Amino acid sequence: MSSTTLARTAGDRDVAATRATTPRPTRRRPDLRRWISPVTIVLLWQLASSTGVLAEDELASPVRVVTAAIDVTVSGELPEGLLVSLGRVALGLVLGLTVGVTLGLVSGLSRWGGHLVDPPVQMLRTLPHLGLVPLFILWFGVGELPKVLLVALGVLFPMYLNVHAGVRGVDPKLLEAASVSGFTPAERLRHVVLPGAMPSTLTGLRLALGIAWLSIIVAETTAADAGLGYMIMNAREFLRTDVIVVGLAVYALLGLTTDALVRRLERTVLAWRPAGPAGADR
Amino acid sequence: MSARVHDLVREFGGRRVLDRLDLTIGDGEFVALLGRSGSGKSTLLRLLAGLDGSADAGVSGTVEVPGSVAVAFQEPRLLPWRSVRENVSLGLHRDLGADTPAGVADTALAEVGLGARADAWPLTLSGGEAQRASLARALVREPGLLLLDEPFGALDALTRITMHRLVLDLWQRHRPGVLLVTHDVDEALLLADRVLVLTDGRIGAEHRPGPRPRDPDTLSALRRTVLDELGVAADAA
Ligand SMILES: Nc1ncnc2c1ncn2[C@@H]1O[C@H](COP(=O)(O)OP(=O)(O)O)[C@@H](O)[C@H]1O
Ligand SMILES: [Mg+2]
Repeated sequence: MSSTTLARTAGDRDVAATRATTPRPTRRRPDLRRWISPVTIVLLWQLASSTGVLAEDELASPVRVVTAAIDVTVSGELPEGLLVSLGRVALGLVLGLTVGVTLGLVSGLSRWGGHLVDPPVQMLRTLPHLGLVPLFILWFGVGELPKVLLVALGVLFPMYLNVHAGVRGVDPKLLEAASVSGFTPAERLRHVVLPGAMPSTLTGLRLALGIAWLSIIVAETTAADAGLGYMIMNAREFLRTDVIVVGLAVYALLGLTTDALVRRLERTVLAWRPAGPAGADR
Repeated sequence: MSARVHDLVREFGGRRVLDRLDLTIGDGEFVALLGRSGSGKSTLLRLLAGLDGSADAGVSGTVEVPGSVAVAFQEPRLLPWRSVRENVSLGLHRDLGADTPAGVADTALAEVGLGARADAWPLTLSGGEAQRASLARALVREPGLLLLDEPFGALDALTRITMHRLVLDLWQRHRPGVLLVTHDVDEALLLADRVLVLTDGRIGAEHRPGPRPRDPDTLSALRRTVLDELGVAADAA
């Protein structure tokens, strides 16, 4: 391990080249040692439940959770709730991404745009957006609108900040090289500024997705009549801790899935980055 | 005429870096500009490249350059997210006849010995290869004036020798006027028709190293003179 690290710090570009062209192995052989403690924890959890140390109405046993997962899936409660939540997040994302990216571009690309857009966004950014839930319920009721807007608002700020920083952070030396190479303003934008802002934008997207899931959980567990959060709150009424755990697990899985999608997108869009450092962030 | 500079003054915050400088570069002439670090070499080159705002109050004098000026900087400045070929072809708007930008780029890349790396990402190139790509990008613009700002400064000694040959070769084939900014006296004496020394914001001295190919040994007297003009004791260098 250490020897390959040494070889790569010497700036051996040919190694990087072959890495970049040959598709990396889809999956490394899983290191079984990493499974020891998670499995032990689940076993201890099951033991605590079976012996009655952990009461059923505090936390259901792993076996009960798995059974509940099958039940709510077969009954349609989980798929229906999932679909509703996914729809809200998708809508909020589209809205928040559009507004965030647009504002980020306007304030990043034009000086006047920066003067006009940046101060209010920076001020609003300091508000904890989840704290707006009570206000949103007052303004928009308990329907779909406040939930979608909460997601959109949460997504907007990380997107804005990262697009803005990405555009402003484009290497001025590259811009100079483009200008002596005869780039038109449109070519500058397309080939220098936008690709230069892409790494930062994708970082913003990953942050935004995390916040989107957090927002929808808060919105749905506060006031809802459908969705995953509703399923969880409903389960609470009947002390069904098994169903609550199922709901939480599904939220976690959704978060992991969207994060993996963005990572894959990064690998495609940022294929130009040398293989080494790109993989180092995991 | 490849370039004509007259009475050029450039000040930064009241500090005069170029002081009523005059400079002429003939058609197809290879001129090297020597100067100590901070003497204003890059400042002059940026003015010739049109990279220094003429609207700025600190500039006066006249700068005449041909319609097409190309630059290779010390760092290759390639767009890391575009292939080597695209780095050469992008922004190319001159009339190419039946040829395409990609075709012209491939020809130029072959000329600098990078034909095999046209599809590579720039960050996978070595320092010398990246600098060749940057030269190819300058060449395809068929410049009347080629500005080189210490383009070999960051290369290792062996790569630098290869690059010297390449630049001479390309210059003899395409015959642009060349202004090579460098702090390497040997490099200047080896390559240029005319070697200028920038001191106190003006061209302080001018030398013609004579016909090519040059023998490094016969240049040693001239080398001592130039080092003297640069304020470096010859035996210390
Ligand atoms: N944009 C700038 N603003 C202020 N001072 C500058 C600027 N560009 C260059 N200078 C100053 O002008 C002097 C000459 O710089 P430069 O032309 O880069 O020197 P060199 O001969 O090493 O290329 C230096 O003292 C530098 O600090
Ligand atoms: Mg310089």
